[in-house]
Amino acid sequence: MNAAELREVALTEEEYRTAVKLLGREPNRLELGIIGAMWSEHCGYKNSRPLLRYFPTEGEKVVQGPGENAGAVAINDNLAVVFKVESHNHPSAIEPYQGAATGVGGIVRDIFTMGARPIALLNSLRFGPLSEPENRRLLAGVVKGIGDYGNSIGIPTVGGEVWFHPSYNGNPLVNAMCVGVADINKIVRAQAGSPGNLLLLVGADTGRDGIHGATFASVDDPHASHKGVIQVGNPFMEKLLMEACLELLDSPYVVGMQDLGAAGLTSSSVECAGRAGSGVEIDVSKVSRRESGMTPYEVMLSESQERMLIVVRPEGLEEVKQVFEKWDLHSDVVGIVTSDGMLRVRDGDEIVGELPIRLLTEDVPKYVREATPSPEVINKASIDVDSKFSGQVDFDPESDLIRLLSSPNIASKRWIWEQYDHTIGTSTVKGPGSADAAVMRVRPHGQGVAITMDCNPRYCYLDPYCGGMAAVIEAARNLACVGAVPIGMTNCLNFGNPEKPEIYWQLRECILGMSDACRHLQIPVVSGNVSLYNESNDKAIYPTPVVGLVGLIESASGSVSAGAKSGDAIYLLHTSQQVTLGASEWLAVVANEESGHPPVCDLDKEISLHRLLVESIQDGVISAAHDVSDGGLLVALAEMAIIGGVGIDASNWKPQIKPLYLFGEGHGRALVSVPANKEEELTDLCGQYGVQFERIGVVGGDALIIGDVIKLPVAELIDVYDQAIPDMLGRDSKGH
Amino acid sequence: MRIGIITFPGSNGDWDCYYALREIPGFEPVMIWHKERDLHGVSALILPGGFAHGDYLRAGAIARFSPIMHEVTRFASEGRPVIGICNGFQILTEAHLLPGALIRNKSLLFRCSLVHVRVKSNRSPWLSSLREGEVLRLAIAHGQGNYFADQETLNYLLENDMVALQYCGPNGEVTPEFNHNGSVMSIAGITNEAGNVLGLMPHPERSADQLLGSADGRRIFMSLAVALKEVFV
Repeated sequence: MNAAELREVALTEEEYRTAVKLLGREPNRLELGIIGAMWSEHCGYKNSRPLLRYFPTEGEKVVQGPGENAGAVAINDNLAVVFKVESHNHPSAIEPYQGAATGVGGIVRDIFTMGARPIALLNSLRFGPLSEPENRRLLAGVVKGIGDYGNSIGIPTVGGEVWFHPSYNGNPLVNAMCVGVADINKIVRAQAGSPGNLLLLVGADTGRDGIHGATFASVDDPHASHKGVIQVGNPFMEKLLMEACLELLDSPYVVGMQDLGAAGLTSSSVECAGRAGSGVEIDVSKVSRRESGMTPYEVMLSESQERMLIVVRPEGLEEVKQVFEKWDLHSDVVGIVTSDGMLRVRDGDEIVGELPIRLLTEDVPKYVREATPSPEVINKASIDVDSKFSGQVDFDPESDLIRLLSSPNIASKRWIWEQYDHTIGTSTVKGPGSADAAVMRVRPHGQGVAITMDCNPRYCYLDPYCGGMAAVIEAARNLACVGAVPIGMTNCLNFGNPEKPEIYWQLRECILGMSDACRHLQIPVVSGNVSLYNESNDKAIYPTPVVGLVGLIESASGSVSAGAKSGDAIYLLHTSQQVTLGASEWLAVVANEESGHPPVCDLDKEISLHRLLVESIQDGVISAAHDVSDGGLLVALAEMAIIGGVGIDASNWKPQIKPLYLFGEGHGRALVSVPANKEEELTDLCGQYGVQFERIGVVGGDALIIGDVIKLPVAELIDVYDQAIPDMLGRDSKGH
Repeated sequence: MRIGIITFPGSNGDWDCYYALREIPGFEPVMIWHKERDLHGVSALILPGGFAHGDYLRAGAIARFSPIMHEVTRFASEGRPVIGICNGFQILTEAHLLPGALIRNKSLLFRCSLVHVRVKSNRSPWLSSLREGEVLRLAIAHGQGNYFADQETLNYLLENDMVALQYCGPNGEVTPEFNHNGSVMSIAGITNEAGNVLGLMPHPERSADQLLGSADGRRIFMSLAVALKEVFV
């Protein structure tokens, strides 16, 4: 094999030699392609697997931990929530509409493959600044792709986050999360079962699209690599597949299900066989094709969308096929489960490839790489920005507040989420823009499942351990602000090239920070995804370990929003943790600086605040809650007024008029809206939990008034907050 | 009373209708697959929202050829109550059970929101318990809800009191500011000449529970319940 051939399958020469040694011979072209795909970071996790071991994965309620298509956690004796997040970064960089759409399609298949009905979608997006036309094109395309796919299959898109930074120029991030609900006794595993079982390939015909998608996702610079590998989505086909697969849950003949994602038929069949410890034989001549003249290589590695592999007991084949026919879906028996531990590929009578399953699963090389922080980051993080900006004389809180509210990282994402159907399913109790987390009602008991996605990449850049921890903590605080207790986590680790020591260091430190937070908060990590090599022109993205956190509320109707309620008082709850301008949004937007150390978190104090919030929401003591995060105290206060559509009068409040106090960021803080007759109850609870409180003002009128430094009409705040992103996208994108 | 809900491949509001109807006293929702040719003795029919046949070709254009549509047309011609919600409205126009057409939103963007609509005519059994001029708060979620009809058709609609619902502001003001998709005359829903067939873009089934933001949609189903007792039994 020459260097070009190896590059095409993303294997190093050393990896190739390892493969030859394990195989005892040189692989042919087909076999080499299969090895390359299965040994890619995307399928094989060769750089991340040793680090992923740090995550706590066990818990009393865990029904399914990592290793399947998605994780599952019980919410009562009969039902489990099933969830996962997955990236579709590289395809979206090339073709934002199809890249994002097929990202949604892929994660939805992961959920219904487990036998769960999807109830909610969320997404976490990162783009370069909207001042660049290319980034506006990417944002508009990604949003339309997500919307068209999710809206069409009838799963509400209920939350997520969007963040802009120059490090994402040329390499946007599109992470999609799906949450489903399954009957615990009917959860389906992706496994092949006993020899003689049949592999039924269902859904779309196989075409040449997406060949090498898995390897393409595992090398840097999407633009320089394989154009033309982008898959095209068909949400209608997906909807039919979903309904048919869910109808099959009651069939005794279905042994396992596996969707065809990265590396298509190859990885789906290998993974099914690997989990069952069996072998598998595929006959590519039985695969229905979209185009003529496709080689076995192309059939095995195609990433055509909307395909499922169903493992069926032979005696039930006709019955299973009938269900697919009802939904007008075509299905072919393309293989059979064997007992010899081999992946055998036939083209009719001819054997065209033969590899041990073990070589493709357990024998994937694993790398523990050199980890060294970049001196540049250490220097930036050591700048004492709080001293630097302590004596600023020309500080104008009113104008800084307006600037922050119109910063796209803080401004309303309404333009985006109004393009997503978030009310289909009649279960969205708290949708986008109304509360700190989405809340879905689960039938039949009316329990609430709260969901949020979080990550502050600037924190992760300046201190990856601290930033990883912050992502988990902020997500948990968001859940507490709607009244939910976290029950399980998924994550999507987006990083640059791990072969660079400073990137591997970021990856390791972020994972350690997240893991420590999860252990302390007793949150099991049940699924996840890794996306490395996110670089463009040799420059890496900011480390972006996105957390998807799922929580439980005993009654969805008891959840609260983040909007201030007329007649209430507003209290600041805090836990005397560090507040700093280091790595803050104020520093980036107003002072145009990204430096300093992000706030450090005291996990025990944090837990007290979360427990206080959950209890006071459950007992009806507070009517709204909003965590204080990006932009600090003043931004959080303004957001409560904006969401509530009502003024907040804090004219008697005399805060220190300093950037640190008004815009500094820190953990363990939340603002709550408290009915007048509940104030004493709240302060009593604060005493019990050791949480500090400060009465800031009362809700009413039509302006946000703070001491004698700020007096702004809420209508103006709403206009600034809602119009910032449409204005940046240009007049023609405003809609309505 | 049995109320039929038709599921086309790609329908996605069918179960939302089911759960909303189940809460109406006396209603028993019945799911009907589009390949069937029997209406199971239902008293009224719902064509739910979604993307029947993927909305490929044109929203509703393929669904009108489903076997069940023959029965729907017969049922409607007998003067029995039929409602088409969102994609169901699109199918009813494609099947010529309602005049006009639904084209892409003027903004070219899908829009999901809670909006106000004003009852212009309550002739339909689906609206008979509502007062004309009354304002409801209902969910919308569509990319092709821009109602279009030529002047001749508009005159026909107006002469026969067929404009049922219009987008409006919180106080019932029908102005361009509150016309969310560019529909002519801010039309959100129309009926056929007899009034028994109603098509509307807003989703009453998604606005039938205060916990989800509004319970006004429930009043549309309650109207039907009253009308069925008074007129059709």
